[in-house]
Amino acid sequence: MQTEAPARRDPLVGPAFGFAIAGFCVPIALFSGVAIVLGRRAERRIVASRGTVSGLDRARRAQRLGQIGVAIGIVVLVALFIATRWESLKTLRLVFFQWPDITGSFDTVFEGFLIDVRLFIYAEAVVLVWGMVVALFRIMPGTASTPLRWFAAVYIDVFRGVPAIVTIALVGFGLPIAGVNLPALPFESDSLFTYGVLALALVYGAYVAEVYRAGIESVHWSQTAASRSLGLSWGQTMGSVVVPQAVRRVIPPLLNDFIGLQKDAALITTIGILEGYGRARIFANANFSYAPFIVLACLYLVITIPMTRLTEWLVRRDRDRMQAGA
Amino acid sequence: MTDALLEIHAAVKRFGDHEVLKGIDLDIAEHEVVCLIGASGSGKSTLLRCINGLLPLDGGSIVVDGTTVSQYEAELNFLRREVGLVFQSFNLFPHMTVLKNVMLAPRKVLGVPRAEAAERAHELLERIGLWEKRDEYPDRLSGGQQQRVAIVRALAMRPKLMLLDEITSALDPELVSSVLELVRELAVEGMTMMLATHEMSFAREVADRVCFLDAGVIAEMGPPEQMFTAPKNPRTAEFLKRIIAAGRL
Repeated sequence: MQTEAPARRDPLVGPAFGFAIAGFCVPIALFSGVAIVLGRRAERRIVASRGTVSGLDRARRAQRLGQIGVAIGIVVLVALFIATRWESLKTLRLVFFQWPDITGSFDTVFEGFLIDVRLFIYAEAVVLVWGMVVALFRIMPGTASTPLRWFAAVYIDVFRGVPAIVTIALVGFGLPIAGVNLPALPFESDSLFTYGVLALALVYGAYVAEVYRAGIESVHWSQTAASRSLGLSWGQTMGSVVVPQAVRRVIPPLLNDFIGLQKDAALITTIGILEGYGRARIFANANFSYAPFIVLACLYLVITIPMTRLTEWLVRRDRDRMQAGA
Repeated sequence: MTDALLEIHAAVKRFGDHEVLKGIDLDIAEHEVVCLIGASGSGKSTLLRCINGLLPLDGGSIVVDGTTVSQYEAELNFLRREVGLVFQSFNLFPHMTVLKNVMLAPRKVLGVPRAEAAERAHELLERIGLWEKRDEYPDRLSGGQQQRVAIVRALAMRPKLMLLDEITSALDPELVSSVLELVRELAVEGMTMMLATHEMSFAREVADRVCFLDAGVIAEMGPPEQMFTAPKNPRTAEFLKRIIAAGRL
């Protein structure tokens, strides 16, 4: 019997699956049903009392009951899943979560990840300025600036359209061969790193330029009219009035692009910089363990999640300061 | 030529096929206050924007204090120092405090040192009773307060001519008087002003001349008493009748 089915797998759909679904749905249905009945009664009571507090407590209790039903459903589902798939989960743990592999690969992956971090910090600093330059080129008025507008449009079309990994290859392999020698950046020994920064800045500069442009165009023209009517030039109007408002508005999409950039930093592994992903892969191949990738994934999240929360907090604080009623 | 501060000659403005201004002739002397009245779409706002160079003319000419309004950046920026424009919707800069709003143009355009600009702003904000609000952001002020800040923001440039474009139209009725009071003071002080307004009683009180714009032409012009009591043009009479029916006079 054992020789007949050497690679037998648990079927996905089986009795356990049925139990799980039932365990998920039954408590939810039960609690929700009771909650709905209670809610209706509470509603009638509120109507009868013409909006005075009587019945509000019941309504709240009914709502709470519904929440409890959903929570129990989810707990039962997860518990059943773990109980019925224990064997498969053990394999999963073996591949991804071997503690010795996690601790064993941490140092090398972390060291590589620091290269990623330095890379995206450099690239983000460049992109922040370069994106704005391109955006301003793109919207500059007047016949004299037509070439700048064209340059910006073509640049954005090209670098947004070409896959990042291709741009990285062209810049990282192509430019040195073509004789374009870039110096190493401050605090960096490897000049290859500079090509990585350049490639990422080129790709994300195009995205960010469009984000900035959308922001600039979202500022109502009456702001420009007010500023120009006071005698400020186009450049002064952009610098003092439009861009400060535009940047505030596009911080969420800007953050989006920056997280994208940070993740794409791993792509420079393809031009021979041994950063986090490269080191994780080497360790994985040598030890048949994917734990180093889990380490790397966690390291990225440790950066991006606090960064997101911090940005949200800064935006909220800035908005509350300027708006009424805070 | 003349001693007029503002000379408008045969001014024409089109938006596509639609001719908004069909040859406007109007001279305004220094210290004169001229009110533009007329239905929505008669071209009042367009005329004011053309004087400030925010909209280019399609024909005719506008001369402010001897300088023809052109479309050359440098010339326009120079012209706009002399001509203040206040908008219906205030258009204060929401990301700057009240004080910064007032100081911005003198600092950037005239290159006035910070201390001097602050002193001038202090003077102006004190005058409208909003010096205590100097560090507030515009969105926290009432409409009337915002509009008064917008007026002193324009005054901070010490303009020779002020253009006021329906500055009370977006305000709640109880906030209108504070803004009109400020305009009244400016008129008494001898500021040359051109107002587009729907406040007929105010126009009657403050204006030296009232100008009725109808479908892109000046249908009638005269001293307020005559315009409001004995209009010569039947269209003026009809317009005033509608205004009275709406309870605005």
